[in-house]
Amino acid sequence: MRKGQYRFVAGFLLVPVALYVVFVIWPYIQTFGYSLTDWKGQSQTFRFVGLDNYRKLFQDDVFIEAIGHNILFLVLIPVITILLALFFAFMLNAGGRGRAGGVQGVAGARFYKVLYFFPQVLSLAILAVLFNAVYRSDGGGLLNGFLIKLGLVDADKPVEWLNEPNMVLWALLLVVVWHGVGFYLVLFSAAMQSIPRDIYEAALIDGASRNQSFFRITLPLLWDSVQTAWVYLGIVAMDMFVLVSSMTQNMGAYGGGPDHHSDVMSTVMMRNFLYYGKSGYACAMGVVMLLLTLVLSVVTLRATRRERIEF
Amino acid sequence: MGSTVHHGVEGVGRRDLIKRSAALGLVAAPGMGLLSACASGGGSGDPDEGGTRGKTSKDNPFGAKKGGKLDVVVFKGGYGDDYAKAWEADFGRKLGITSTHTGTQEITGKLQPRFNAGNPPDLVDDSGAQKINIDVLYKNGQLLDLAEVLDAPSVDDPAKKVRDTLIPGTLDPGLQEGKIVALNYIYTVWGLWYSGKLFKDKGWEEPKTWADFLAICKDATSQGIGGLAHQGKYPYYINVAIMDLIAKKGGLDAMKAIDNLDPRAFVGSDAAQEAIEAVYEVVEKGYLMPGTNGLTHTESQTRWNQYKAVFITSGSWLENEQLKQTPADFDMKFLPMPLLPGSKLPFEAIRAGSGEPFIIPAKAKNLPAAQEFMRRMLSKEWSTLFAKQANSLTILKDGVDPSVRLRPGTQSTVEASKAAGDNTFRYLYTEWYGEMGTAIEAASNELMAKRIQPKEWLKRCQAAVDKQAKDPASKKNHRD
Repeated sequence: MRKGQYRFVAGFLLVPVALYVVFVIWPYIQTFGYSLTDWKGQSQTFRFVGLDNYRKLFQDDVFIEAIGHNILFLVLIPVITILLALFFAFMLNAGGRGRAGGVQGVAGARFYKVLYFFPQVLSLAILAVLFNAVYRSDGGGLLNGFLIKLGLVDADKPVEWLNEPNMVLWALLLVVVWHGVGFYLVLFSAAMQSIPRDIYEAALIDGASRNQSFFRITLPLLWDSVQTAWVYLGIVAMDMFVLVSSMTQNMGAYGGGPDHHSDVMSTVMMRNFLYYGKSGYACAMGVVMLLLTLVLSVVTLRATRRERIEF
Repeated sequence: MGSTVHHGVEGVGRRDLIKRSAALGLVAAPGMGLLSACASGGGSGDPDEGGTRGKTSKDNPFGAKKGGKLDVVVFKGGYGDDYAKAWEADFGRKLGITSTHTGTQEITGKLQPRFNAGNPPDLVDDSGAQKINIDVLYKNGQLLDLAEVLDAPSVDDPAKKVRDTLIPGTLDPGLQEGKIVALNYIYTVWGLWYSGKLFKDKGWEEPKTWADFLAICKDATSQGIGGLAHQGKYPYYINVAIMDLIAKKGGLDAMKAIDNLDPRAFVGSDAAQEAIEAVYEVVEKGYLMPGTNGLTHTESQTRWNQYKAVFITSGSWLENEQLKQTPADFDMKFLPMPLLPGSKLPFEAIRAGSGEPFIIPAKAKNLPAAQEFMRRMLSKEWSTLFAKQANSLTILKDGVDPSVRLRPGTQSTVEASKAAGDNTFRYLYTEWYGEMGTAIEAASNELMAKRIQPKEWLKRCQAAVDKQAKDPASKKNHRD
């Protein structure tokens, strides 16, 4: 049966590996190939231009600025989302006042859990429509209407949230965090529930405060989940295409305004790929994006590696 | 995690197998990649000439063959796609050619793969936010030179060539390196729009000079109505107004200087400077509708329909686009851009021309039928069908049956273009240089938000022009 076993295993692996090669590896290789040409996107005629596209890329202010925006998102989105989600999850699971029965969540925890999860069921497109109405730049916008009613904003000078270079990135950040917190709350909650209650109770008897039991017990035992969340949120931060292209001022195509202040790598790439017809150049951007993502995931996984605690 | 399957000692472990196959993949995949570097999935089939071309005759100059098939893809936007369905039905009745109809907003998404695979449709209305830029398609050799269609006899009067039955100049935007490769079918005029009713109520007169325009804006603002609205989220719109002011102030030379990438197109051009300062005055004096800089086209146009602003910038698709939001007594009216002092063009001069490019892919499967279809689009019958279904004019001279009653806005554009006569103009840089157009629009967006002043705007626009001029490919485009 030794030989048969070999064939048996190989048989199972063949199809997935083939699919992976055809639909993932092969397009990457093609993209790299195209990135060395002046391909214009609508036919199969192009010239080989060597590393010209990459050379130009490092002089492209718009693209370099876009990388900066992605990095800003990459730092802030995971940090803010995870901290909020952890805080809420802790409050829902172990934040209630300790009564005689031991450790429990705040009152109404189950209701909150459903409530917080709700944004996650909305698709990104709906999210964009929703927040376009929130950020709308005249009195008809939710935020502006509210602030005008309160007398904080002049009705003749409403705040153009998405048309302010200093505000647009924060406005987008808020949308992502609002959308993501609920999901990670549920993820962390589930992980917290698998932490044995007696550990908390023992800590409680020893006189641990809420803070202490969070930092000394909950967080270390949740580390695996936090690490996973970090990687997923990092991927979200490297993308951001849907929100930027459907919410921000139009810079020819795919949003990115005002004046490229909200452009991210993916919107710049798509604009070059389709709107400007500089597809070979856009492929070079794609390759750079791939490399950056690879480096970042390796760094993230290395940096967050801890010893696993068995319980 | 942590589950281990125990294999026999000599057996091939799962890990080994994975390692081996991965190694194989790593070696094999790039190898293939290098061999056929940047190979593509698509082939490049030649159009099947013999199979689709039938006998030619006077009524059928391209020899479209009965029983053939035609693959039509139409942008389904402001004009809908009912007009195209009406044409296809008529084509089927008269020539016995059945059409497959696709009405979509995702032109790029649907067609880019097909162009790349050498399997494009036969006729495309390449418009909308997701159109494939004509210059891009042309540079890829995907577009049929339409000369044959334009030199064919007209359906209405076989003694005339199709080309001679069209409004002069309307073919120009389809020009790439001297060839007409896109038929911009819809006749559009651009300028300002206002409500006849609001004007009557307030006792305002149509402003012919920039000073009169500012006076109305001032009066309106004092009554709590915004002066000028624009579709700020898409800086394209306000840019139309700015560019029109430049052309009217400096004449056709100022316009051509920009299209021809003159080193003094913006910086050093008095027309450009005065025009942008005039627009900036509107911003500075607070005559913009509050918040208009961040609104989408639908949001701001609807606000305008609700009398929250006096003027709005747009092209003549506006009326059809706003059909549902326009109050019955709104009385939509078109207004040419008012004049700055000492302008070279008269008040009546308007940006006018054709839009909505229809193209025939060079690799279309049924070329004769596509050419015949396009010839028929330029007949009075089909042009009237279009006006009825889409509330807009076509580039065919007197192309609408007088029995068709037009809406007030469309009617006012008919009058405006009659008054303009030969005084029409049209920028071409937007068709030639998408990237430069984007840079200019981005600068205009900054100016409207008061983040840059006219001087900086001129500098940024000139920088965009100079950058484009450095591209060797731009030498091939020139207008006289």
